[in-house]
Amino acid sequence: MALEMRLPVARKPLSESLGRESKKHLVVPGDTITTDTGFMRGHGTYMGEEKLIASVAGSVERVNKLICVKALKTRYNGEVGDIVVGRITEVQQKRWKVETNSRLDSVLLLSSMNLPGGELAEVQAVFSDGAVSLHTRSLKYGKLGQGVLVQVSPSLVKRQKTHFHDLPCGASVILGNNGFIWVYPTPEHKEDDAGGFIANLEPVSLTDREVISRLRNCIVSLATQRMMLYDTSILYCYEASLPHQIKDILKPEIMEEIVMETRQRLLEQEG
Amino acid sequence: MASVALSEAEKVYIVHGVQEDLRVDGRGCEDYRCVEVETDVVSNTSGSARVKLGHTDILVGVKAEMGTPKLEKPNEGYLEFFVDCSASATPEFEGRGGDDLGTEIANTLYRIFNNKSSIDLKSLCISPREHCWVLYVDVLLLECGGNLFDAISVAVKAALFNTRIPRVRVLEDEEGSKDIELSDDPYDCIQLSVENVPCIVTLCKIGYRHVVDATLQEEACSLASLLVSVTSKGVVTCIRKVGKGSLDPESIFEMLEHLCMAVTSKTLFRLASAWARCCMPPCRVFYTRRRAWGPRDRKSDSWADVHSSLQLPNVRLLLFPGS
Repeated sequence: MALEMRLPVARKPLSESLGRESKKHLVVPGDTITTDTGFMRGHGTYMGEEKLIASVAGSVERVNKLICVKALKTRYNGEVGDIVVGRITEVQQKRWKVETNSRLDSVLLLSSMNLPGGELAEVQAVFSDGAVSLHTRSLKYGKLGQGVLVQVSPSLVKRQKTHFHDLPCGASVILGNNGFIWVYPTPEHKEDDAGGFIANLEPVSLTDREVISRLRNCIVSLATQRMMLYDTSILYCYEASLPHQIKDILKPEIMEEIVMETRQRLLEQEG
Repeated sequence: MASVALSEAEKVYIVHGVQEDLRVDGRGCEDYRCVEVETDVVSNTSGSARVKLGHTDILVGVKAEMGTPKLEKPNEGYLEFFVDCSASATPEFEGRGGDDLGTEIANTLYRIFNNKSSIDLKSLCISPREHCWVLYVDVLLLECGGNLFDAISVAVKAALFNTRIPRVRVLEDEEGSKDIELSDDPYDCIQLSVENVPCIVTLCKIGYRHVVDATLQEEACSLASLLVSVTSKGVVTCIRKVGKGSLDPESIFEMLEHLCMAVTSKTLFRLASAWARCCMPPCRVFYTRRRAWGPRDRKSDSWADVHSSLQLPNVRLLLFPGS
């Protein structure tokens, strides 16, 4: 039984040696973005006293004449076509309430489901107050079986073509756009007819468990260091963490080391 | 306790993992998460500490005030505990929601300190029957991430270590009226000895095994836990069972044996060097000889019988709950 105690240390700022080419324009609520009135204002901004002011804390993004501020830490705002992982919290007459880390609970209408059980769904429509309506369109989506859920900020999940990844290390991961990441053992054979209806409750082998735990810790360390999450970054982080023991990954110094290595590898790959 | 909803499959995954000694975050059944301790965080208290254990965040403040000793103990000061489960920890604690948990934790703290050796209460006495120091220990739950009792006990110990009580003198006039004089030097204080202040170890029963330092998800899979409060010399001051499930007396023996056996002086609390600089006395639990256990009565399932069978020579059982 080992217990490690330490004093808190101030967090070091991310090293500038691996800096980006263009510095991001970061603003806090109340900051003036620009006094030029020729721009159209997008999300996260408002017009006040002849200048454009930011209403959220984040980075300024400019597309031609449109200026918007993308918030760094926010609840999930649904967009049509997003993949989300949620937890059913309430069962009502004709719908289920799903918790998806957004401002309001999402609804999953029974009529928009293929199967009796369904928790992995696509965003079908967004209501005016921000609640999202989900639907499980095909048998690919459905109730999830054994695995581990990791909750991160929605802004860290990169939008990609596919969110289901079967990683070569031996486990699979679903990157929900709402920040819920599901790590689970790769199913051995794809069952087309059962779909997600029957959850497999057999014990998962120890090797698979180790891979899943390591992946879970890697995702947590990437999220703590505010790195974007996508299959490549998670895979690189996994490989960088192999020399360490699984439970050591969450120690602050080892976490920094692994994420630094991942960042370097990603930069090399891009450049 | 703050709870998190888990699906059947997730619970099955956690339980099977515990059986194989590999928890969700890669720890073994007997590994703690990394603990961060900071003292002297609140400036207007006599002593304070902040402990972060994973996602659990506890802030403790100790204020020393003058009061009258209790009638049955005229030569001693006393401690008062108050636990506030703030709504920022989890929405369940909004309004009066956190009061039950707060009272439960406060009662546990009273129990573990309810013995002669934990804290030298006589040093808190100023003049018998008239004045004494009362230490008001306020615990604030900032974030709830599982394993509250352990974190709170460590924080209380750290805060008591950090407490500086001003030195006072009692002056008597010719008429006999007493005056209390505070010393001029603001740094002239007395410090409490926290060597014998106990720390709580929570053992959660998940499936057929028990784990230490359970996260919120693991607590949701566990029906019963055992809270053991031990001091650095191996003195057990309190054992308590929490949870709505039942514990077989056999499994209680096994848990306590495991706690004593697996915990030898080299491995229990390995202190980081930064912590040693903080000059906090280490907590250790010593191994006690197994054969000292009396013959176990398998039929007994009442707490009184369990108590009498726990005849441990180097571990003195000072207090046992009556429930």
